[in-house]
Amino acid sequence: MDFKLTREQELVRKTVRDFTENEVKPIAAETDLTCEYPRENIEKLFDMGVMGMIVPTQYGGAGADDLCGSIAIEELSKQCASTGDIVATHNGLCCGPILQHGTEEQKQKYLRMLTEGHKVGAFALTEPDAGSDASKGKCTAVLDGDHYVLNGSKIFITNGYVAEVFVVFAMTNPALGTKGISAFIVESSFPGFSVGKHEKKMGLHGSPTAEIVFTDCIVPKENLLGKEGRGFPIAMQTLDGGRIGIAAQALGIAEGAMKEAMDFTSSRVQFGRPISKFQNTQFVLADMHVAIEAARLLTYKAAIQKTAGERFTLDAATAKLFASEAAMKITTQAVQMCGGYGYTQDYPVERMMRDAKITEIYEGTSEIQRVVISGNILGK
Amino acid sequence: MKVIVCVKQVPDTSGKVAVNPDGTLNRASMATIINPDDKNAVEAALALKDSTGCKVVVVTMGPPPAEGMLRELLAMGADEAVLVSGREFGGSDTFATSQILAAAVKKIGVGNDDIVMCGRQAIDGDTAQVGPQMAEKLGIPQITYVADLKVEGTKVTCKRMLEDGYMTIETQTPCLLTAIKELNTPRYMSIRGIFECYSKPLSVFDFNALKDDPLIDLDTIGLKGSPTNIYASFTPPQKGAGTMLEGADKGTCEKLTSILLEKHII
Repeated sequence: MDFKLTREQELVRKTVRDFTENEVKPIAAETDLTCEYPRENIEKLFDMGVMGMIVPTQYGGAGADDLCGSIAIEELSKQCASTGDIVATHNGLCCGPILQHGTEEQKQKYLRMLTEGHKVGAFALTEPDAGSDASKGKCTAVLDGDHYVLNGSKIFITNGYVAEVFVVFAMTNPALGTKGISAFIVESSFPGFSVGKHEKKMGLHGSPTAEIVFTDCIVPKENLLGKEGRGFPIAMQTLDGGRIGIAAQALGIAEGAMKEAMDFTSSRVQFGRPISKFQNTQFVLADMHVAIEAARLLTYKAAIQKTAGERFTLDAATAKLFASEAAMKITTQAVQMCGGYGYTQDYPVERMMRDAKITEIYEGTSEIQRVVISGNILGK
Repeated sequence: MKVIVCVKQVPDTSGKVAVNPDGTLNRASMATIINPDDKNAVEAALALKDSTGCKVVVVTMGPPPAEGMLRELLAMGADEAVLVSGREFGGSDTFATSQILAAAVKKIGVGNDDIVMCGRQAIDGDTAQVGPQMAEKLGIPQITYVADLKVEGTKVTCKRMLEDGYMTIETQTPCLLTAIKELNTPRYMSIRGIFECYSKPLSVFDFNALKDDPLIDLDTIGLKGSPTNIYASFTPPQKGAGTMLEGADKGTCEKLTSILLEKHII
């Protein structure tokens, strides 16, 4: 077993780390405070080829493997989980399913838009009454000649009010439950498409989350992604991949929080010495290190499995569950270690703690991950 | 048209600096970065490539691990790289380095519409001598401290930044320019560039590859060929904060005069 990154993976880490230090870190607190989408940085990430990096070169991407994709999200999330989220959603949840299930024409058109065209992508599955139970979706798609007519709404859509390309799931045959779900590629410019409520969230303030609404939305027939009625497996497969991205995001948040905790406890003097000299601090830092190392190995393993074309559902759920819970615990501990300062907005750990919480919820809650994991190990 | 950019790998000043017994830097034991001004020179070359389609060749003199830096420059968008590396070149001062790099640039070939670029100076030596010395040895005009650059055919117009103002100079290719940080903001390695950089051409010029050039002689290169001798290396003591006097009135002037008199400066 070789734990060494390839020279390309090392360079991806280096370039995204440099970008994060120079461009992301300086505006991370301001982005959180103003809830402004970091448009300029996302444009720069398109220029660098990070947006859509997993897309093969023949469709305008860089042809990077999934581990490179995870490393990029990890590095960005060390300073700004919102930026990591925007990239993870674009790459894993929009480029991913089109690459996996799209026709050659769909790939040429949409993957180029999502790379060279600088169009942001999104994924729309969740509905008010269909969260973890996606089979209860009410959004419908009815075939009418050469197009489908979509009606309904989707909520909590990451990149919702900035994206121009959406992978949308809608019922083409509600009577069949999950077997009646189909996937579509929808452009925000299609007639009948609109953006609803912009969500005000606990964290991830720079990540634009919104409701999207379809009112007799006209979607050309050729924009059906995969076969009619096969949308649910596409959604589940996409979420498997997306979970690796969220595991990487959680890993990055945890690493960022640990770095802050180390810096703070090394310089904060109480009772005549830096608080990092107290064994309690040292033990907590040691536990943080162990959890981060374990989260990294699980995340990287899942990414490698995916690129190798092997089954990775269990690996992705395991990595996502462990990394997100580790991120929540480590950011909470980091706030505690920084004491009163940690609770203020003058230090980034309170933001990291708020950002970490979502990693236990989206792309499948921790409870759903346990369902997936237990189902896989018990052979259900 | 092509742009040849000379680049140096320098110690990362945020890390530890190690010095050999002979006073030279122990580069092998230090974390390294691309010399910042050289990165501005590379960016200028890549911007010219974006607008004209010219070829960009990056050159460095250093130990074999310097290949890593060259790969990063190829990932930024350079087309070819040359590593000038050999034991004979070790310990070179600015004179010897400019002998070797000028010979390497001649071997790459300087055409009538080509430009050679360097950074203004390296952060380890801070001499700003290698670029100008190379221009002399190549027999081409030079413009140093370039803060703005325009190339139209063979006409090169530069804004040169001096301590007290700017100077706009026009020259013809081939020429050598030295870049300062005000010239541009270097781009990052692109992801696609990273995946292409290991398949781009990288040549190694050792002593044998350059020995036929009249500039290359064992007495004019390496430690032996270096007229500079380092007698001691030390960290200068940190200076205290200066005193600021504000105002243009008689009282302030008298106060200034008394301070200068007290320190025996006037």
